[in-house]
Parts: sequence; structure tokens; C-alpha cells
Amino acid sequence: MAETMIRMEGLTRRYGEITAVDGLHLNIRRGEVFGLLGPNGAGKTTTVLMLLGMTQPDEGQAFIGGFDCTRQPISVKQITGYLPDQVGFYPDMTGRQNLRFVGRLNGLEGERLERSIDALLERVGMTQAADRKTSNYSRGMKQRLGIADVLMKDPQIIIMDEPTLGIDPEGMRELLALIRQLAQEDGRTVLISSHQLHQVQQICDRVGIFVKGKLIACGSIGELAQQLMSEGNYILELEAFPEDEGLYRILREAGPVDIIEQEKEMLLVHSKKDCHKEIIAQLLMNGYDLRRLRQRGGDLDEIYRKYFEKAGDSYEGSTARGKTAGAALYSVFQAAGRRFAKK
Amino acid sequence: MASLASLYGAVSGIQESTGNAGDFIFLSLFTTSSGSIPSIASFLAFLGPLVGIVLGFDALNRERSLGTLNRLVSQPIYRDAVINGKFLAGTTAILVMVLGLGIVVSAVGLVTIGIPPAAEEIGRVFAFLLLTSVYMSFWLALSILFSVIWRHAATAALAGISIWIFLSFFMSMVAGTLADLIYPLEGIEGLFNQVKNYSLELSLERISPYYLYGEAASTILNPNVRSIGVITMSQVSGAISGYLPLGQSLLLVWPHLVGMVALAAVCFAVSYVCFMRQEIRA
Repeated sequence: MAETMIRMEGLTRRYGEITAVDGLHLNIRRGEVFGLLGPNGAGKTTTVLMLLGMTQPDEGQAFIGGFDCTRQPISVKQITGYLPDQVGFYPDMTGRQNLRFVGRLNGLEGERLERSIDALLERVGMTQAADRKTSNYSRGMKQRLGIADVLMKDPQIIIMDEPTLGIDPEGMRELLALIRQLAQEDGRTVLISSHQLHQVQQICDRVGIFVKGKLIACGSIGELAQQLMSEGNYILELEAFPEDEGLYRILREAGPVDIIEQEKEMLLVHSKKDCHKEIIAQLLMNGYDLRRLRQRGGDLDEIYRKYFEKAGDSYEGSTARGKTAGAALYSVFQAAGRRFAKK
Repeated sequence: MASLASLYGAVSGIQESTGNAGDFIFLSLFTTSSGSIPSIASFLAFLGPLVGIVLGFDALNRERSLGTLNRLVSQPIYRDAVINGKFLAGTTAILVMVLGLGIVVSAVGLVTIGIPPAAEEIGRVFAFLLLTSVYMSFWLALSILFSVIWRHAATAALAGISIWIFLSFFMSMVAGTLADLIYPLEGIEGLFNQVKNYSLELSLERISPYYLYGEAASTILNPNVRSIGVITMSQVSGAISGYLPLGQSLLLVWPHLVGMVALAAVCFAVSYVCFMRQEIRA
């Protein structure tokens, strides 16, 4: 379990002025499902491309299974399956022919090749459609065939770029179950890059939050939540009846509460310390009817938003400066205009 | 199909002029034109490039737009295998097509005119077909280069076709104009400039593979062609009128062949380097 399969050491890639990936350090263990999360343009795809040796890093190194991703791309690609975000197939070939082609590229031949094609088609539930041309496939079918295609080489490591994009909920559930199965039963390492949090949350052992080329947080969902909590930022969602002055007074007196805000029918209690026990006790003692009580911050959405807020501060600052500069320029123009009018 | 039309033209042309066709009747199958239908050699010179462009213009950008390219390069193969394969496949297709065309033309010609070819004629036909394949391969390499550079197949195709049209139809005009500008033919000075003017025009024209191919093809297919370029009267005096043997004809067009191979190799090398440095993204 402890064996490191993917290792990145100070991986950096620049495109002109922009640094797409900035000094990335990351270790991923065998049999782990790791989610690389980040907004669009955060550098997730670039990282994946560097891992596969399709792009050269400007600085740093990456290793997969002990092989240098830049120097030994063939050895890396032999043990790594890659599912691109826009997986494409030759449209004038059937699904089976597409798989056969990839199998041959990976050195499979004859009986063994046909057997593994059949097994994989069965596994992704594509046996029915296997002999149809891939030009008629739907997005979900292509995605399934893409997974069969990745498994064709029996990889130890699977890298998926936005695998859940454009799949219906049912297909999504099957896909996630399959990914989980790949990691748990077959002991494969899975790296998923995505911006869809909820799906990733269900299956990932650990996640890394990636903003503007930097990994700003890394750990299991619980760890990330803990990390945020310890910074003294608790939000309690609460709904109680009757909603009167007395309720607000109890809430305020229950602990170091900062603000209480109203969101639809809920009250959001921001506090520096976890004080839900006191609140429950007080509410029950005073005869309030507690309809809903939930500690926020436990789900990835919240964590994600928090981290983005933290990372986004500098960005907000720069746009604000831009605005003031624009305003200054505007007032100069106005002044010039007035001077013209006077003349 | 179109080559059959020109074959028909050639056959009917030959039938009319068997008397003055001379010794190499079989070769004239490829060079004789009748009326509006061009000969097979000039037909290949015109449409060969189109075959090359059609085979190559979407070689890599189609893979890219289908999303199969990144799937392909994530397999355990070297990246150059992709572009080498594209070029080799195109060249093989061209070779098979050109040889097939040669055999069909020869067979039909044999049946219709009924004169079997001599050994030298067979050699010349093969040399011609090889030359044609190299010529088409150059255009293939060029269009593969464009397919690496441009993301859209349409842009690559248009670029290829425009270069084809320029080199085939306008290059001679440009060469003539430039030569006249640099070495004017007017006045007394024009008399002295004549040779320089002609050689400049010729060397400019030879930049175009279309011209190179035309010159080489006519030399190979027509043993009467003894020299390409300028010859003075003193060089001709004392020469015995006769046919050039195959070896000598080949010697004459050797630079042309090497030039075309070099052009193709340069195009391929550039596209190879571009492709290896490119980033593969969906």
C-alpha cells in the first residue's frame, strides 16, 4: 500500500508569461484513487500531459512506477492508461476494431487479443454495440469504450481527464463504481482530474486542490475539512420554530458567535468554535422546535469554495486595482472633455 | 479513369501517325496527346500533386480533431512512429497506384497497338514511374507538413492546393518576368544577355518540382532528348544524330531526381521536427 506509484518533484511548465503548473510536488500511492481538483485552466491537463511525456516540463521531474516520464516515456506508457477528456475513435471502424487496433499497438496478438477484447466489452457493458461503427456512438458509449480502451493494456496506473464530463447520472454512477472497482479489486492506481466535486468526493481516497498551477491543499476529504475547521471558521445550518427574538438571543449567547445570517428558511450561524451542543441544549430547554441542524464544511463543495476563496484573494486584488486604474483613466478623459467644452 | 481517357487519346493519336513515330512506339503511349486530351505524362504532372495533397492534407490534423491523436500517442509507441507511418503509408499508396497505372496503360496499349516493348523501353517506363512516385511523394510530404502546422484540414488543403497552382501555372510567368527584369533583352545589350537571361529563367523554373518533373519525364520517355539547358552551335556541330541510351538519359535527369528527393526529404524533416515538438492536446 505504501509504495509510491506517481511521484512529481517540483514540476513546472510555462507558456510564455503564464505558468500553467508551478512547482508541483505530489506522491500517489499504489491502489489509491486520487482526485486532482481545480477550476478550468488550473493546469490539470498540462500536469497529466507531462506525466505521460507528451509535454516537456520546464523544471522538475515526474516518475511513474520508477520511470522518468520525460526520458522513458515508452516504459511509462506501457504501464499507464490515459483517458483523455475528449476521447475519440476512428469513426469508420467499429468499437471492436478500434479496441483491436489499440491492443495490437500494445503487443497483444491473436487469441489473447480477442479474449481480452470480449472480456473488456463485457465489463463496460458494450457487448451489444461492439460491432457498430463508432460514428454512431453517443457520448456515454464513447466514454465506456474509452475505458475499455484504457484497460486494453492492463495498466497499473490509470489517468483520467474529466471522465464524468457529459454523462447522464445513471452512466455516472456505473462509471464511478467501475473506477472504485478498478482501484480496490484490481489494485490499480487511479488519478482523476476533474472539476466536478460531488462525483469525485464519492470515490477518491485523497484529493488535491489545484488552483492556478499550485497545489494549495492535499489530503483526504476529512483531513481537508479538519484543516479548515482548525482555522476557526464554523458554520452551522439551523432551522428552528418559532423564529423569534428569543431564538437569536440563544444563538448569540451559546458561544463565540460572529454573525447570524438568514438564507432562505435557514439560519447560518458563523462561530469561532464548535458550539452545536450548547445550542441544541438551550433550544430544547426553551421549548423550541428544532427542524434542522447541520455542521457545514464536511463536504467537498464547501472545502473547495473555501480554498478558492483563499487562493482567489490575490486575483481579486489585481482586478480591483485594474478597476481603479480604469476609473482614473476615465476621470482624466472627463476632465479633458470639460476643458474642451469650455474652449 | 482520366488516365484511360488520355490513353485513348494517345492510342488514336498513334494510329494516325504510326508512319513518323520512329522507333520507340511503345514509349509514345505515354507522351502522345491527341487534340484536347493531354498525354499521360503531362496528365500525371498536373494531377499527381493533387493525389499527394489528397493523401496528406488531413493526415495529422484529422487525428487531432477526432481526438484519436492523444489516444494514439499515449500508447507505448514512439511519437515519430505516427508521422513515419503516415508518410510511409502515403508513399506506399502512391507507389502502388503509379505502378498499377503504368501496368494498366502498358497492357491496354499492348492490346491496342500490338507492338511489344523492347527491354530498354520497359526500363524507361519503370524509370518514369519511379520518377512519378517521387514527384507525388514530394507533394505528399508537403501536405503532411501543412497538416502538422495547421489545425484545420481545410486550411492545410487550401495551402497545398494554392502552392500547387502557383508552382504549376504561375512559376513560368514569374521566372520569365524576373529574368527579363534582371537581364533585359532589349537593344544591343540584349544580344549579350540572351544566354544569361535564358539560364536564369531556367534555374528559376527549376525551383518548381512541376518543371523538374516535366523536364525529367520528357528526357526519360523521349530518347531524342539529348540535352537539357543551353547548347551552343559549336557543341552540336559534329554530333551524330541518334538516340540516347537509357543510362545516358538517366544521367541527364539524375540531378532532377536528387532534387525532388531532397525537396521531399526537407519537407518531411521539417514536419517531423514540428510534430515532435508539438504539444498534443485534445
